[in-house]
Amino acid sequence: MEDEGIVKKFLYLNRKAPYGSIYALESLEVVLIGAAFDQDVSLAFIDDGVYQLKKNQQTSVTSGIGVKDFSKTYRALEGYDVEKLYVDKKTMEERGLSTDDLLVPVEVLDDAQMAELMEQQDVVLSF
Amino acid sequence: MKFAILVNEGPYQHQASDSAYQFTQAALKKGHEIFRVFFYHDGVNNASRLTVPPQDDRHIVNRWSELAKAHNLELVVCIAAAQRRGMLDENEAKRNGKDANNIAEGFRISGLGQLIEAGIQSERLVVFGD
Repeated sequence: MEDEGIVKKFLYLNRKAPYGSIYALESLEVVLIGAAFDQDVSLAFIDDGVYQLKKNQQTSVTSGIGVKDFSKTYRALEGYDVEKLYVDKKTMEERGLSTDDLLVPVEVLDDAQMAELMEQQDVVLSF
Repeated sequence: MKFAILVNEGPYQHQASDSAYQFTQAALKKGHEIFRVFFYHDGVNNASRLTVPPQDDRHIVNRWSELAKAHNLELVVCIAAAQRRGMLDENEAKRNGKDANNIAEGFRISGLGQLIEAGIQSERLVVFGD
């Protein structure tokens, strides 16, 4: 493959709540396909994007809004070698969330650290 | 410089497609290379050849098609995002047993790998979205 050998730093910047719009689900689809390219991948969750990682989403027809629940996919990311997940500290505080509320282990970054993370990237895909 | 462009919003509804078009046109005019324009999320609707805007307005779809023709530009529509929004080319329509297709000239349907490849191969990937 032509891309072989090139490893870039890809950051998926997730800014929107899940289910209210399709951005979260389609962002995940890019992450999963992208995993086959063996790039250096990070995911960051800021603003309402942190809700994508919230435990106990109820989306089934019987208990919720009748939309396919894709929470499981975040737990599966590790199997795709996607292990660097970051959330924004202020975002979490504003929404009364702690890392215990989240589906997967994450690293909490303050504004300066988040800015630094973005600065280090080659490609930032913002959804 | 070699750019890749990502368009994440539909035409007319959102400024993203207009901005992406203006950016692409300006970059080409300055002699830069556009590796690929990739359409994702509702951005896939920019490829509908059934689009009929009022006559006194810009024709966003045809504008992309014409730019592609003039500059040999690659316009790629994400297949998964396209299919769930009813955007099919001839092959996909046939494969899914549908009686119509609606992809405009100059666009082609392909997978998300084309977006990742664009990120790898270009010096800058510029995202136009909400």
